[in-house]
Amino acid sequence: MMHPVIPYVIAALLFGLGVYGVLTRRNAVLLLMAVELILNAVNLVLVTADTTVRAALPHTGGVFALFVIVLAAAEVGVGLAIVLQLYRLRQSVQVDEVPLSYEERLGEAAGSGEAVPLDGDTWSSNARTASPWSVEVIP
Amino acid sequence: MTGMLGAALPLVPFAMALLGFLLPHASRLWAGLLGIVGAGVALVVAIVLAFTVDGVVETSHAVATFGELASRTGGLSGDFEVTVGVRLDSAAVYVAIAVGVVALAVQVFSTAYLRSDDRYAPYAAQISLFTAAMLIVVVAGDLIMLLIGWEVMGICSYLLIAHDRRLPEAPAAAVKAFLVTRVGDVGFLLGIVILGVRAGSFRLADVLAPGVLDPTTITVVCLLLLCGVAGKSAQFPLHTWLPDAMAGPTPISALIHAATMVAAGIYVVARLFPLFVASPTALNVLAVIAAVTMLLGALAATVQDDIKRVLAWSTVSQIAYMTGALAVGAPAAALFHLLTHAAFKALLFLAAGSVIHAVGTNLMSRMGGLRRSMPVTFWCTTIGLASLVGLPPLAGFFSKEEILHVAVAGSGWRNLLVYGVGLATVFITAGYATRVWLRTFFGQPRSPEASHGHEPSRPMAWPVVALAVPSALLGFAALSPAFAEALGAPEGFTIGAEAAVPLVWAALAIAGVWWAWRVRPADDPARVLGPLRPLFGNAFYLDAVQHALVVRPVTALARAVRRADESGVDGVVEATGQGTLSLGGVVARAHRAGLPRAVTAVLGGAAVLGLAAVAIGGVWP
Amino acid sequence: MTTADVLMLALGAVAVGAAAAVVTTRQIVRAGLWLVVALGSLAGLYLVLSAELVAWVQVLIYVGAVVVLLLFAVMLTRAPIGVSEDLDRSRWPGLLIGGGAGLGLAALLIDAYQWSTVDLADGAGAEEVGAAIFRSWVLPFEVLSVLLLAALVGAIVISRPDVSARVGR
Repeated sequence: MMHPVIPYVIAALLFGLGVYGVLTRRNAVLLLMAVELILNAVNLVLVTADTTVRAALPHTGGVFALFVIVLAAAEVGVGLAIVLQLYRLRQSVQVDEVPLSYEERLGEAAGSGEAVPLDGDTWSSNARTASPWSVEVIP
Repeated sequence: MTGMLGAALPLVPFAMALLGFLLPHASRLWAGLLGIVGAGVALVVAIVLAFTVDGVVETSHAVATFGELASRTGGLSGDFEVTVGVRLDSAAVYVAIAVGVVALAVQVFSTAYLRSDDRYAPYAAQISLFTAAMLIVVVAGDLIMLLIGWEVMGICSYLLIAHDRRLPEAPAAAVKAFLVTRVGDVGFLLGIVILGVRAGSFRLADVLAPGVLDPTTITVVCLLLLCGVAGKSAQFPLHTWLPDAMAGPTPISALIHAATMVAAGIYVVARLFPLFVASPTALNVLAVIAAVTMLLGALAATVQDDIKRVLAWSTVSQIAYMTGALAVGAPAAALFHLLTHAAFKALLFLAAGSVIHAVGTNLMSRMGGLRRSMPVTFWCTTIGLASLVGLPPLAGFFSKEEILHVAVAGSGWRNLLVYGVGLATVFITAGYATRVWLRTFFGQPRSPEASHGHEPSRPMAWPVVALAVPSALLGFAALSPAFAEALGAPEGFTIGAEAAVPLVWAALAIAGVWWAWRVRPADDPARVLGPLRPLFGNAFYLDAVQHALVVRPVTALARAVRRADESGVDGVVEATGQGTLSLGGVVARAHRAGLPRAVTAVLGGAAVLGLAAVAIGGVWP
Repeated sequence: MTTADVLMLALGAVAVGAAAAVVTTRQIVRAGLWLVVALGSLAGLYLVLSAELVAWVQVLIYVGAVVVLLLFAVMLTRAPIGVSEDLDRSRWPGLLIGGGAGLGLAALLIDAYQWSTVDLADGAGAEEVGAAIFRSWVLPFEVLSVLLLAALVGAIVISRPDVSARVGR
């Protein structure tokens, strides 16, 4: 016997806190932590819904909560790989310091004096390929 | 047979020209050979034709028809044809012989004169092409054919004047020659078109048939044709290009600007003379042009330092004699003077070429005393200058006397004008010819190059000597009635007692100049003109007038048009592109959001959508 | 107020408090540790809701793997140990949207459920959830394994060192 409104409200508050974190945090890792909060809020809703909703397939909420956990794990893996690559490129993981266009990047490089490779070239080890359509087979 | 020979006249040099254009630029042997063969064959064919042509021989083949044009203009029925064919009479054949002789002499002369030129092949090919074009004009039986030959001559003149690319003034001179003659050619083209359309056909035989055209049409056509004639033959007011065209190589000056192209206008008028006779207005205009140009050319020639410029102004003045002869109704005398002028002017230019080649400069102030070091050239030049002045028994005497005789024999203000001005011009001609003779060949050498003068090589000497023969002896052909009849004067050429008057004038002028020279041999005899020297030297500043009235407004207009095109027309196109790009940039900047802004927008949007769903869905109580 | 309620309230308070600490603390490493607390109390909540498998999987994967991965990332990106001042952007968009979303959802749910009660059912034990997965949800299960493979490959490819452009040439 329990009142389902309690876990539901907890989930809603967790969700709100997660959204606040996503919108406020500058560090990419902290942003991913806030995303985890959002996902956990959803999980809580799913598990609680298991008890309040008479589903045709039993325990659907729990099953889906497991799936969400798996997805979250995959997402965090890939996301952190991106964050690490970003750190290697720019020595910082502040999300609002990523330049949005080639011109902005040139402007930043002019300020800090570092060399900038050719346009459209961030994934190629040969900096002379300037075509955005050239696909390099990475050995 | 005669028709085929007549067709071969222009076709052989044309074929040689095409072959010559295919040669590599520096090729000398083959280029020279092709040129000489072309001119030689044309000359031989012309001589053969001289014996076979009797009366008027015409051939024509239709090459194009314009049916629509025929039915819409002048109420003609039937198709409107453009034909290709020749119209040969003795006059045409004699002019063709003259063209052939001068072309051959120039081709031979050029092989030595341009020995060190590295673009000899196109040069020789262009001379062949020019010869072909001139012969087309001479033998054309159809006005369109004549026009084609006329225009090709113009382009060859442009190409050949600009041949030496190291000369800074050559390209400007070539453009000036082309544009000034172009202005005349516009009128020429209009005249031919009106003539052909009104007469119903472009064939000369049809156009010249009596009673085909009404007097107004004839006058309009003649005046329009005179525009082209004034341009090509360097008559006032389109004469300004000829002295500057001396920037071209000297053999070209001999061929194009003395003997043939400038005489083409006279030839066309003589060919179409039945039309001109029917239009007194045209003859009046011709007379005025002749008078003005005679004096203008002669006076300008008296003070020039550049020997080629003297000869150029002299050409202007002598062509005006031919124009005067036409104005008083004596095309035969005009053609006779055309033939003798071709001989002695080509001779004078080629001899001047030898002198320039030896001394290395065009300026007479740096010559002097060349009589001893270049005797053959000296004697040939003497013959040429004497013929120019009109001293008996040389060719120039007979032809000039004939013109003055016809002028004084008739009545009317035209004849009086032509005779009076012609007489005065004899005086001035004798003056400047003597000045050239004395300054170049007599006295002490005025520069180190002049003291090392030498006779030119044989390819340069022989044409000069060869041209001295007709310059001296062609006049005696006037005594043959067949010759006079062939040129179109059935009553023959006569020399009357009034021939003494110009001779007296000439003698006075020669004596005066000789005395002015004798007093101070090292100075220019023209110094006696004093303050008139700059006026004559700049040809009464007509060049400046032309520049102010025509060149500057047109250039300003061209600049304005260009500005309008670049900023207006191009500006619209480029501004469209630029505007689109900037608009795209604005949108791109708005669209390009960093992660924080994007995430805010997404979550904010989701929140708003959720609220909207709740409110609309009616879940909220 | 049953025991389940009290337990849920307590665990929930801990979870919400720890989550608040995650998104507001000024020390990066402490944020990771507060995340551990939050996720752990959520696992406790799952246990109260008798979803045992989910609870233990939560502890195993979330707390055991994801948070550890996040802490690795914190270390590898040379996060400053100690207080750092520039962690937050301007707060009001977050407050507006996050507060709006959270409180709005809470209001919605309160309005929907009021103070109703439910019986805690048999619960999602390992046996029952396993049976449900392999009876009804096999296809998504397999697809998820492919997804995991793709994520694995993707993460390796993205983080290879020779793929980055040469910086500081």
